[in-house]
Amino acid sequence: MSKTTPDNGFNVVGTSPLRPDGLDKVTGRAQFADDFHLPNMLHGKILRSPHAHARILSIDTRAAAALPGVRAVVTGADFPAVRHELLNQGAAGVLNIREMSENCMARDKALYDGHAVAAVAADNPHDAELATNLIQVEYELLPPVMNVCAAMADDAPVIHENFHPGAFIAPTEKYLPNASRIQLGNGDPAQGFAEADLVLEREYTSETIHQGYIESHITTVIWDSNDYVTVWTATQGQFALRDHLADIIQVPLSNINVVPLEIGGGFGGKERLYIDPVAALLAKKAQRPVKIAMRRDEVFRATGPSSGTYIKLKFGVKRDGALTAAHLHLAYEAGAYAGGPLFLAIMSATSRYNIPNIHIDGFDVIVNKPTMRPYRAPGAPQALFAVEQMIDELAHELEMDPIEFRMQNLMRSGDRLVPGLPLAPIDTEKMLETVQAHPHYQAPLEGPHRGRGLAYSIWFNIGEISSAHIQVNPDGSVALTTASPDLSGTRISLAMQAAEMLGIDVEQVSATVSDTRSIGFSLPSVGSRTTYSTGAVVCEVAQEILQQMCARAALLWETQADQVSVQNGVFSNQTDPGQTMTFNDLAARMFETGGPISYHKTGHTQSFIPGTAAHLVDVKVDPETGKVDILRYTIFQDVGKAVHPDYVEGQMQGATVQGIGMALNEEYCYDKNGCLQNASLLDYRLPTSLDVPMLETVILESPNPAHPFGVRGCGEISIAPPPAAIANAIYDAVGVRLHSMPMSPHKVCAAIREQHQVNMDAQERPSKPS
Amino acid sequence: MSNKLLVTTTVNGEQREFLCEARQSLLEALRDILYLTGAKEGCNDGNCGACSVIVDGVLTNACCMLAVEVEGSHVETVEGLASGAGLHPLQQAFLEETGLQCGICTPGFLMSAKALLDKIPTPDERQVRHWLAGNLCRCTGYDKLVRSVLKAADAMAARL
Repeated sequence: MSKTTPDNGFNVVGTSPLRPDGLDKVTGRAQFADDFHLPNMLHGKILRSPHAHARILSIDTRAAAALPGVRAVVTGADFPAVRHELLNQGAAGVLNIREMSENCMARDKALYDGHAVAAVAADNPHDAELATNLIQVEYELLPPVMNVCAAMADDAPVIHENFHPGAFIAPTEKYLPNASRIQLGNGDPAQGFAEADLVLEREYTSETIHQGYIESHITTVIWDSNDYVTVWTATQGQFALRDHLADIIQVPLSNINVVPLEIGGGFGGKERLYIDPVAALLAKKAQRPVKIAMRRDEVFRATGPSSGTYIKLKFGVKRDGALTAAHLHLAYEAGAYAGGPLFLAIMSATSRYNIPNIHIDGFDVIVNKPTMRPYRAPGAPQALFAVEQMIDELAHELEMDPIEFRMQNLMRSGDRLVPGLPLAPIDTEKMLETVQAHPHYQAPLEGPHRGRGLAYSIWFNIGEISSAHIQVNPDGSVALTTASPDLSGTRISLAMQAAEMLGIDVEQVSATVSDTRSIGFSLPSVGSRTTYSTGAVVCEVAQEILQQMCARAALLWETQADQVSVQNGVFSNQTDPGQTMTFNDLAARMFETGGPISYHKTGHTQSFIPGTAAHLVDVKVDPETGKVDILRYTIFQDVGKAVHPDYVEGQMQGATVQGIGMALNEEYCYDKNGCLQNASLLDYRLPTSLDVPMLETVILESPNPAHPFGVRGCGEISIAPPPAAIANAIYDAVGVRLHSMPMSPHKVCAAIREQHQVNMDAQERPSKPS
Repeated sequence: MSNKLLVTTTVNGEQREFLCEARQSLLEALRDILYLTGAKEGCNDGNCGACSVIVDGVLTNACCMLAVEVEGSHVETVEGLASGAGLHPLQQAFLEETGLQCGICTPGFLMSAKALLDKIPTPDERQVRHWLAGNLCRCTGYDKLVRSVLKAADAMAARL
């Protein structure tokens, strides 16, 4: 085989074909987890702690068990003690299985409002719910710890007598009774600040937020007589679920099969298990299949939201615009158990600017809230809210154009990131030049109280382990199987890559997502990795298929395999240029040439692939009510190569609106006892179609050398810039800086009033007698 | 069984009879009794619109209506949208304009959009956004959803 990669142009990549799975989704036929039923199936419901922090003194389940129709009851006492507390997950860090098990069902203490304490399986969900209400739990109330500052205070109540420091990607060290720490830095910050002409110090806060997927968590589990356990659920990672479940319920990995169904949104929140071990233990006890579907309030109270934060920044800059030093104090909620998104926040906070002297103090802080889990570019929006406002403020103080200021301090490929590794190839400059040249940047702002804001970010996409299998059929059709759940169109983007590599039409490739028995291990669909990492492995498998087929053609032509070339799905005999054969014709003759053609590979791809995004937003601020309206929004994002540009735009727009929700509306509201007050989609307010305008997208393509077509991944980064871009626009509109997210109307109003008062005082001062 | 009630109603043009408990919602009846699982449960309290259906011409959250209330009514669900002639122009436009990502909210949006186009055949962007505001989508940011509905309206107007 002499040639397999396409010429300069692509045949399939870069087009936007219809996705085959879309048809079932517009007709109501697609099978999501809640649409799955088994004969003789029971329904499980979970009783949850109404207290944020309480010792469980006793649980009496007798009345519940006696209710007609109730078939099984479980509590923490039914969960086996874990054999190995710590599970090393390689690049993903170290997971604590004991804590994961306790998060699924409380043992001696309930650690947050909503923590599961018991569960019931009954003939129907109504009876199961009635039965949970009959369970008597005696609690001893303990003082709740509800934010990072309270948790790090000297007299803070201790949540865990002993805990393993968080190790999500990078390890931290135990620092305080409720917090662990990581410190990173370069240069000499003291010297850097001494060299600065201007030093600004600012504090920023944000509240706990939720991914807000519209499908709740739903699982159906069979535990059969041979201790084989089968799980049908919506998950971002069927292998992660299998591995964690095996350790929690203690059956061998090979006994478990996890079958991923259609998934109704995840955004990072569906890569961890909550209800599956509970359903499994109920199914074991009842000896019948059990389905558990979380109610919406349970989703808010007891899954894996994203951290509230306290961030303190100190930045130093010279009069000519050169950043000299920075100190960042990043305190992120971990929730009930250690291991929040801290390291990714550190990675994304300043990576795009060269700051010669920098120190970062990161804190992973345990509080009485649900255990924080990744939410699309985990940790980045909160860090950017702080850093990109600081950059904007410094530019204003220096009377420099915010793009010129960023350009002057811009990190380029090869420059060292704070943790020491170099920035992988990407054109950081072109992104800012594209913004500068765009009509939106040049357009005049018309009308009062209107402002424009910019934010810039780099995010690092994950590679690591992916599996793919390709089977060529005699009719020329190609079955592509991966282990990467399709959150929003990756079956088509992977089928397109296979078609491109094989030189065939995308309609010939059918892509499916496999259960854990039928394919090799893969990391979950997280970290913007599916189209990039799984895509790269799909391309490798397709290459191997072409090699096999060249060998088949060589057999037919009685020549050597290396004398057969292939281009755009046509095989040619180099020794006899007249001899050619199409992909389909060669596939049809597979049984004359040695039998079936298929190949499976579990491959490994590079991590920390940078992607960049810059967001430009125009807002109108109502100074009377504090309401902020988004007037115009342009998203610039470098995706390496857009495989399916329409769905790439969809990722950019969807992520942006999540970021807008975070900026303006969304927050967990707790009362003084630590009980969540807004666990509904009415009171936790996601953006609606009326809250946002059309969103313009500009796709940049600076190729990623680690992928054959240059794909970087595109799912996450655009959630990160909106809060900072909107904050900068609000400043431009009304001259106030918002240091607290969400920037809800009352905060904007208060900031405007305060500013007004300052101005009034300033005006009055000269007239006062000295 | 003695506590169950018999409901006779028309679903997607077909007369259906089913037994349900008085406490069961229309959404439960559709999904768990008639096995029409196109309408989805996202919140079960009328805030997400994933269960949107049309009852006697009125856009309705099926989770907030009791099943017994549809006695003698005409209920339209996503399953009835396509006809023998093929996909409804809304379904076609959602596919072509990539108006869906994960797809969980899609049946609800389709029914809200149908209720809109039944009343206002050629809506402007503002009217589309107003009629879709009772449906939450967390994937798309609404841009391509709104474009899909506008495109379907154009396609239907061109057909007349």
